[in-house]
Amino acid sequence: MMITVAIADLACVRGGTDEVLVTYALGSCVGVCLYDEIERTAGLIHIMLPWSRDAAYDDNRRRYADTGITELIGKMISLGASKSRLVAKIAGGAQMFGSASWMFNIGERNVEAAEHVLGAYDIPVIGRDVGGSCARTLYLHTDTGLAEVKTAMRQIRTL
Amino acid sequence: MRPDDLSPIHLDVLREIGNIGQGNAATALAAFSRKLVTIDVPCVRILDINEAAQFLGGPENVVTAICVRLKGDISGMMLTIMEREFVSDLIRLVFGAEPDDLYAMDDLQNSFVQEIGNILSGSYLNAVSAMSGMSAEVTVPSVATDMVGAILAVPAVECAALGTKVMFIEDSFTFADGFDENERVSGSAVRCNMILVPQMSSLEMLFDRLKV
Repeated sequence: MMITVAIADLACVRGGTDEVLVTYALGSCVGVCLYDEIERTAGLIHIMLPWSRDAAYDDNRRRYADTGITELIGKMISLGASKSRLVAKIAGGAQMFGSASWMFNIGERNVEAAEHVLGAYDIPVIGRDVGGSCARTLYLHTDTGLAEVKTAMRQIRTL
Repeated sequence: MRPDDLSPIHLDVLREIGNIGQGNAATALAAFSRKLVTIDVPCVRILDINEAAQFLGGPENVVTAICVRLKGDISGMMLTIMEREFVSDLIRLVFGAEPDDLYAMDDLQNSFVQEIGNILSGSYLNAVSAMSGMSAEVTVPSVATDMVGAILAVPAVECAALGTKVMFIEDSFTFADGFDENERVSGSAVRCNMILVPQMSSLEMLFDRLKV
């Protein structure tokens, strides 16, 4: 069964089933997968922006790397995951309109922020497919912790 | 004012701007394709990014998008989202050749697609300016062909102040091949969508100028 994670949203499940978490079309957004291999707890978040402190007005904590990842870790622990066993895989952080000089490279900053937040929680990033200029769809198989990245152009890549 | 606060009258105003803009756009498309171009009444909606992606064939649907940034009285961002058939049809009409790969268009085709985006976004902005007297400058357009979900996130990400609501104008243009037995225009309709993400302060100014 597929569980879709929308933009600026997250989901986590107690794995060991055939459920797959999926988030579609990550552009400059970053998808972060967290997995506890022993408890088979899996979580996925689709973040849009790096830091919640830069928000002009906002009510959605899941939009930002710092508050979103923190919330996901908390939810996974309440499902039985152990923080010390969590590992992360990340994908996204592209620049969709590559050449436009007036755009900030928000993708790169999202990746930096996500890795910084994960580092602060001592969660190792064991797989990444980031940067470039193409959109990615990210699947997380909750029974194995296997992550797959699909793009419009190339073969599916396994993380 | 937040996008959710728009009243039915505000939406009517935006719809009317969509109408005039689409008329301008059809005139421009007819001029360079040298074909009769007919239009349907455009559909204007205020949508969340996730909803807009559903209207455009789902987040993974691959489209060609042209993005311009707006500055001046009207600030924000405008995206022209074209189905692949629309791009192929236009390239066929103008170059007389099939584009082999929309991911890897040559420089000429790429700048042609940029120009289409320029013309279409200009058509809508002129409609706004003509009605309200507000000015808008556009940056050089940039083009991307990729999943629509990722493209729709760009305005919300680049201008965080814009929030995640977008104004969605669904257009349908028919390039006429001729007339059928009932003397109605025949030809294939192609869909093109304009996504306008104005800064809320610009919208407030617009409604203020129009006294609604």
